[in-house]
This record gives sequence, structure tokens and C-alpha cells, in this order.
Amino acid sequence: MKILVTVKRVPDTAAEKRLDPADKTLDRESVETIMNPVDEYAVEEALRLKDAVGGEVVVLCMGPSSALPTIRKALSMGPDSAVHVHDDALHGSDVLSTARVLAAAIRKVEPDVVVSGSESTDARTSLVASAVAEYLGWPGLIGAKKLVVDGGTVRIHRETEAGYDVLEASGPAVVSVVKGINEPRYPSFKGIMAAKSRPVTDYSLGDLEIDPDSVGAAGAACEVVDFTPRPPREAGQVAKDGGDGAAALELAEFLASRKFI
Amino acid sequence: MASILVLVEHEEGNLKKVTAQMLTKARELGEPAAVFVGEGLRSATEALGRCGARTVYAATGEGWTNQLTLPLVDALEAAADRADPAAVLVASTAGGKDAAVRLAARKGWGVLADVVDLDGDLLATQNVFGGATIVHSRVTKGTPVLTIKPNAFPVEESPVEPQVVDLGLVRQAGPSEVRMTEHVVEERGGRPDVAEAEIIVSGGRGLQDPSNFALVEALADALGAAVGASRAAVDAGWYPHQHQVGQTGKTVSPQLYVAVGISGAIQHRAGMQTSKTIVAVNKDAEAPIFSISDFGVVGDLFKVVPRLTEEVVKRKG
Repeated sequence: MKILVTVKRVPDTAAEKRLDPADKTLDRESVETIMNPVDEYAVEEALRLKDAVGGEVVVLCMGPSSALPTIRKALSMGPDSAVHVHDDALHGSDVLSTARVLAAAIRKVEPDVVVSGSESTDARTSLVASAVAEYLGWPGLIGAKKLVVDGGTVRIHRETEAGYDVLEASGPAVVSVVKGINEPRYPSFKGIMAAKSRPVTDYSLGDLEIDPDSVGAAGAACEVVDFTPRPPREAGQVAKDGGDGAAALELAEFLASRKFI
Repeated sequence: MASILVLVEHEEGNLKKVTAQMLTKARELGEPAAVFVGEGLRSATEALGRCGARTVYAATGEGWTNQLTLPLVDALEAAADRADPAAVLVASTAGGKDAAVRLAARKGWGVLADVVDLDGDLLATQNVFGGATIVHSRVTKGTPVLTIKPNAFPVEESPVEPQVVDLGLVRQAGPSEVRMTEHVVEERGGRPDVAEAEIIVSGGRGLQDPSNFALVEALADALGAAVGASRAAVDAGWYPHQHQVGQTGKTVSPQLYVAVGISGAIQHRAGMQTSKTIVAVNKDAEAPIFSISDFGVVGDLFKVVPRLTEEVVKRKG
């Protein structure tokens, strides 16, 4: 079975993220970047699927050449190869353009299943995997906390507030997995060394037969008009408890003054 | 006046609050029209009318369930073909987003996620980077598809008698069809959903042991609140992931957020700093959570929280 897993380069979780005033896109160059944390679960799940049913795992990443360390990071966990879609015209792509480009790359790789993280920690829209499924005309199994592939059937437990739903579809399918679906492995030294020699195939928009004007800022279906930093919250009252919990009464008084109780 | 389509979030005809919130907003933008998929049309129609829905487009019967995405997308598409709306509003829930973006991709329409405000020209406000930045954006291609954060808008009733329009659709399973074979309920405290709750009580590492989440749950129940958890608590396996608030969990914006034993690292603040009121209990006076709290108690949560719960119960009588 051919398993494709998508990864994205995002600013470090602890970094202050900001928009570049010039083109109103996320500034990824002035901060430390990492592989999107939820993608670690996606890579792990892809590897477990390979362990269960055999086959190969292909990493797919769309991003500038500076995303290469993210691809190497993913490969160091164990996938067999990677596909890197990069093209200057992709800068500023919105959800739909991103999904269309990923779908085109997926068609070339021809996997039996696509595994994605449920969201990236930068834009956090949770929309791309669903849009990829729509462009491919494939089932989208979104929000999996368990994934099983059983012959041609892809089955997930979809996380809900109170439990889960069991959903299934015929492959090929796009699956998005939530954090906590597994315990992602740490890359071993051997894995890190091996990742350096795993093949990474580069695709440009020309390779994918996508018109450069239909993606990036030029092809976006929405635009950022303006942005402002949120004014900082001011610290309010603080009550120091004497050790008997009596400060709880002051807090209750505060909650009552705001009509919560 | 152009219509504004609102996808109805409901459980067997009982409207979720976010539906009433979206319809209230839709009245400012145009003529509200609801799109209803699944069972319970009759009781839903009455409630939708109270919120001002002039038309209810319905897809019901065999195969039409609001538990799966494609029926929602197909119904939205059919309703949009009829109504030629100025915008489509869908709740920013996991299922709502899945449907909204598939509709947008199918039609080539622009989509904006997690909208918290809209002006008359459909200029959308979004809180990004965990609420650190406020962005105004607009859709520039096709009919705007906008996913709306729960609790972004108030509810005001404006009763009308809705016209129910059966979309007359027949469900045909294609290759992208998803089937639901089981619906499993694991926990039922009768507590509200974290994503929609007006009050959230969250616990963190300061609880020291998973069993101490009982303190958080007791306070939550006294306040009628949902239970949240910090990343540290979830990563330690103390509480399920669907309750996690923060950068790698949910982003919430309740009326009241109570942080118990949570230091308030940037990744946690990113999930809750747009809450209207924030209060915190923590033993460390230097904890960053206090810098964004409207009221903080520096003290031992094992002493403070039970007394607070007791006092809340007493005052609520």
C-alpha cells in the first residue's frame, strides 16, 4: 500500500507570530520554525499503517526551499521518500489554492490513502484536508483518533465532544488525524542519518500543470484588508490567600459582581 | 434583498445556540434563509422562525443526515443554486468546517474560517495567532463562505412564519461517500461542549494528579460550565484531548474562563485570551496567567477551589 503523509513548516509553538506588513502573509523567516506539531502524529500514523499492512510512506510538503529541514525531520522518523512542491508563485496561497496544489501532487503520487494532521498551528483553519478530498473527489475522514485500513476500506474513529463516531469509506481516501491518536516516535540517530539519503522529488507548478496566476496571492479567493495587534489585557485584582482558602470568597464576590453567580 | 444562507446545526431538530446566533447576524446582512438537513424539521422550523429565518430549505429522508459531511455540502449547493445568496454562514465546528470548505472548493468560492464579526459589506473579523492579532479580510471570488465561531454574536428573536422549501433531493452515494456505522458516547456529565460553552473551568499541571480533576469538575458543575484542560494535563494523560484548550487544542472565547493550576504559557494563552472574563487560581504569584486575569487568587488550589465551589453552590441556592 502506498501511504502519503502531508507535512507543513510552521513557526515554533512558543514563537510570537506576526504578519509581514508588506504583503500581509505570515512572517516565517524571522522566527524559529518547526514541523507542524500535529503532523508528527500524522507521520507516526502513516508509519504504523505501513507496519500493519506493508508498503511505503511518501512525505508531501508544499513550501519554499527553506521547508527542506521539515521534510528531513519527517523522513528521520522513517518514511521512504518525499515530494517537495515549491515555486515562487505559491507565496501567499490561500486554503483553496494550497489544497488544489496538494491534490495535483497527490494525483501524481497515486497513494491509496492520504494522512494529514487535523490543523496547522499557524493558520489553524483545519480546512485544507477537507478541500484536498473535495478536489480529488475522494472521501474525507476528518478528525480521526483511530485509523484502520482493512482491505479497501478505510475506517476511523472520529473524535466528538462526548466520544467518537465510527466512519468508513472506500479508498483511496483522505484522513486527518488529531493530536493524541498515537505517541509519535523520536527520530533515532540512525534515522536522522538515513533521512539524508532518502530521495526527495521536487515538483514545480509546471510539473503539476498548474497556472502560476491561479495560485499564490494572485489566485487567492480572499484577501487580508488590514490587521492590528490585539491591545494587551491588563492584569486585574489579585487576592493572596492566607492558607485556608478564604480568598475563594473574594473570588466568589467578584464572580457575583459580574453576574456569573 | 439578497438572502444569507445559514446551515442549521442541530441535534434531531433541536437547534444549537450557534444557529440562532448566525441567524440573528444574518438579519443585518440580508434575508436569512436556513438550510436544514436531517431529522426534526418540524420542531426546527418553529425555532428557526423565531430567529427570523424567512425560508427553510430542507433535505430530509433517506440518506439525509447532518452527521455526515457530503449531505450537508449537497444540500448547501442545491440551496445556493436556488437562492443565489450573498453569503453562506456555517458554524465553525469540525463538521461545519468540513462541509463549508468542500462547498467552497466545489464552487470555486472563497472561504474564511473562524469569523467573529461581519460588517454590512461582509468584511470579516478574525482573531489569529491565538488572538494576538486581529485581522479584517474579505472574500474576493464567488459567494463568500464564512465559518462563524460559536458565541461571536448574541441572539435576538424576531419571529416570522418561515416558508419551508423541500429541496427535493435524492441521495445518491458516489465514490466519495462516507458511512457512519457507530455513534459512541463515552462520557456524559451533562456538561456543555468546550467549544460552545459560556463558562469553562480548566485544570492544569497544578492539579498534580488526574484524580484531582474532580475538583475542576465539581466547580464546573456548580457554574454550569464545560471542563477544559491544559496541554500539560492532556499530554500527561490526565484528561482527554478533546478538552484541551490552547495552540494544539481548542481556541475558546467564553464569557468566563476559570484557570485552575495553569501557569499560562503562551501556547495556552493562545487558546483562551479572547475570553471576556478570565480568573485564575495558582500558587505561583509570578505565573503569567495572572497578567491576563481580571481576578487572580494566589494560593493553594486544593484549599481555594473547594471553598469556591461551596460558595458558588450556596449563592446559587
